[in-house]
Amino acid sequence: MTPGHDSLQLWPAAVSATASETDWLILAFTVLTLLLTVPVFVAITYFALRYREGSEADRSPSGIRSNLIEISWMLIPFLLTLIFFVWGARLYVHSKNPPPDAMVVEAIGRQWMWKFQHPTGQSEINNLHLPIGQPIRLHIISQDVIHALYLPAVRLQVAALPDRYTDLWFKADKTGTYHLYCSEYCGTDHSVMGGEVTFMNPGDYQEWLTHAGAQQGKVAAGRALYEAYGCAGCHEPGSPVKAPSLAGLYGSAVTLADGRTVTADDAWLREKILNPNGDRLAGAGKQVMPSFAGRIPADELGTLIDFLKSYSGPAAGKAADATPAGATR
Amino acid sequence: MSASGTIGGTARREPHTPESTIGRKADYLHAESTLRSWFLATDHKRIAILYLVSITGFFVIGALAAGVVRLALVVPNGAIMTNDTYNKAFTIHGVVMVWFFLIPSIPATFGNFLIPLMIGAKDLAFPKLNLTSWYVFMAGALFTLVSVVLGGVDTGWTFYAPLSTAFSNTWVLPALIGVTIVGFSSILTGLNFVVTIHTMRAPGMTWFKLPIFVWAHYATSLIFLLATPVITTALILLIAERAFHIGVFDPAYGGDPVLFQHLFWFYSHPAVYIMVLPGMGVISEIVPAFAQKKLFGYRFVAYASIGLASVTFFVWGHHMFVNGQSDLASLVFSALSFAVAVPSAVKVYNWTATIHKGSLRLDTPMLYAMGYIGLFVLGGLTGLYLATLAINQHIHATYFVVAHFHYIMVGGTVLAFLGGLHFWWPKFTGRMYSEPWGRVSALLIFLGFNVTFFPQFILGYLGMPRRYATYPAEFQLLNVLSSAGATILAAGYIFPMLYLVYSLWFGRRAPANPWNAKGLEWETASPPPTHNFLEAPEVPRIPYDYPIQAQESRDQHG
Repeated sequence: MTPGHDSLQLWPAAVSATASETDWLILAFTVLTLLLTVPVFVAITYFALRYREGSEADRSPSGIRSNLIEISWMLIPFLLTLIFFVWGARLYVHSKNPPPDAMVVEAIGRQWMWKFQHPTGQSEINNLHLPIGQPIRLHIISQDVIHALYLPAVRLQVAALPDRYTDLWFKADKTGTYHLYCSEYCGTDHSVMGGEVTFMNPGDYQEWLTHAGAQQGKVAAGRALYEAYGCAGCHEPGSPVKAPSLAGLYGSAVTLADGRTVTADDAWLREKILNPNGDRLAGAGKQVMPSFAGRIPADELGTLIDFLKSYSGPAAGKAADATPAGATR
Repeated sequence: MSASGTIGGTARREPHTPESTIGRKADYLHAESTLRSWFLATDHKRIAILYLVSITGFFVIGALAAGVVRLALVVPNGAIMTNDTYNKAFTIHGVVMVWFFLIPSIPATFGNFLIPLMIGAKDLAFPKLNLTSWYVFMAGALFTLVSVVLGGVDTGWTFYAPLSTAFSNTWVLPALIGVTIVGFSSILTGLNFVVTIHTMRAPGMTWFKLPIFVWAHYATSLIFLLATPVITTALILLIAERAFHIGVFDPAYGGDPVLFQHLFWFYSHPAVYIMVLPGMGVISEIVPAFAQKKLFGYRFVAYASIGLASVTFFVWGHHMFVNGQSDLASLVFSALSFAVAVPSAVKVYNWTATIHKGSLRLDTPMLYAMGYIGLFVLGGLTGLYLATLAINQHIHATYFVVAHFHYIMVGGTVLAFLGGLHFWWPKFTGRMYSEPWGRVSALLIFLGFNVTFFPQFILGYLGMPRRYATYPAEFQLLNVLSSAGATILAAGYIFPMLYLVYSLWFGRRAPANPWNAKGLEWETASPPPTHNFLEAPEVPRIPYDYPIQAQESRDQHG
């Protein structure tokens, strides 16, 4: 199931053997649930009708030995559910022990974005491209609060902690694009901290690493930063703050409050992001932008400014969003 | 504490209450009518009414916040409100519903009112402490409401560090202080109940003649006393870290964020049983009364209450399977969590067996009780899904969890609360409510509840994370369905508020025992006199001494 498909969906896509087995586990558990609940529901309804006040029903003592029946309805359901404890535990232990030859991808969470780094050095933000047919181990940490990386297609999630590494491993066997979420509540933009995971044939993955990953990945990474640092929240048209639009700003002439005119080049944009109170714009309202000095690392600042170079407005931006590099088919 | 702890129901000094004299029975509601007589009341029944009015107010606040949440989720893209507004709405919903409605709901109102009546006592052991606990509760509520008025909190009711201590820019401190304070109210109430049940039972009221309602509150009180101090400590440490940067939980100051989760759930899992056990007590009173039959397996049900209160202290780690806890700990907590199924099954099967061969009247309280049994069974079994490690790795922190705990909290506790409210309304107020309106509302709530929360099981399995202000478009249909159900549920909640209040002035006068129920609370007038009983009540031979006796009474009481 491709994300964005808005018809009613009743079963999530499963791309690994572990995911399929989890599905069997939950289906079998549902059968047991029905066996244990339906008789109670039927009995309550039937008794409520049959033994209504004034009905002719037989109310003589049934002669049931109560201790025997108490012990049996205590133990039988309990022992039946223990089957599922064992099955679930076995699957869990398997999912907690990655094979030594797994490909390791670094995952870093922070408010409110995921950054992934491939073994060959390429990195991407909020989206993740992975090969199928090979064990993958995500090596996860957080830079601030607790997050959690959740990939429904492999039926797995694990917390991203600020003080120690956690792991998530799986082996996908189907290609496709699926959701990637943060599943531990982490503040304002928790619900937009995520994107898509794309499982690709190994050849396509190599191709992506050498071409698409290096180029288009960079623009996508800049856009993710533009949203993650909250730039979009104020500078997009229609935002409550009504900050000036940044579309097409790069390279244009900007008139300042003191009458000077400057060109919005790399150096000026960098300075304006780190020190918003300098170089006030002509005709601008109250200055409310916070300083990003010390908040945005130098490499990400560069990626962000590179994104602004190509940014031509929200409409074009959304279209780019809908088709991330080599992702959706 | 020593001042008023008279034992066995001897006369207690009631400074502002004139003794009922000249043959006219002054009931507790009409003994005095000044505001002072209410706000300085030491009568457990009046304090119960103070709690009832307060928690109803908090229920309305919590429900309105839920309405905001359901409104936001009608559209997937967050167009109706900002992410921050949504986050604050679900936080307020959780904080208010958990600490200011669900936890005090049944114990502080029905427990307060009924425990002394059910055991044949004139009051609780410590009446002034009882009033103090209400003031402590209101002080905690004040701090929490101040945080809402100032601009709200966005940490979720779980207050996980370091989000709550170092990163949230909202009014976390007043909310934390409020919740810390309200814990002391729980502790005082629990202490009062334990001492009362131990020392103030009427002559002849032995432990195995106590109604299950009293057993359930005894078990609940043990949790109040043993678990609440842990959350109090954890919250004080959280306050110290946020206000003074004393490093306990935030790694930036050398702390451990998972430690907070251990302390939080060490209380908050048992707190689930603070909410669930009293509801089970209510259902165990309603079912025999409307079946006119002795409760099946009385001793098993009584022991199951204590069993649940014990097991619940050993399963907190099942909230943390994917949160960085060791794999071995997860395996042990998973196995222990399955054990909760045993005492829960005891309760459900015994209620069902009680209905078997009874003589049933399907009045409003019984409709709520039957709804409760169905929803509690579903809520309990989906809890076992979550306790299964491999399933948990998929549905942890998704809407499946939201659906599961609402089946327990709303399908369980709220339905039991409403069932009990209708069952004992004549006793509390001396008036009968409108039975047809009662039945219609009970059915509306049952329907609205299921339409609201059943789709959330599916949403969770499909992988929609909880606490999401925006969500992928493919989940919209189920979310709209859920929001539609919430409007039905809201209607179901509004009706009882109207017809119950109406009945206070225009309801038919209630007899002492309108349901032909057993239990000492039905032996006295409706509403009861200030000192509960005009003459010492006679304790029956066996508990639940209904006309239809199950065969098992020979086995157990031979």
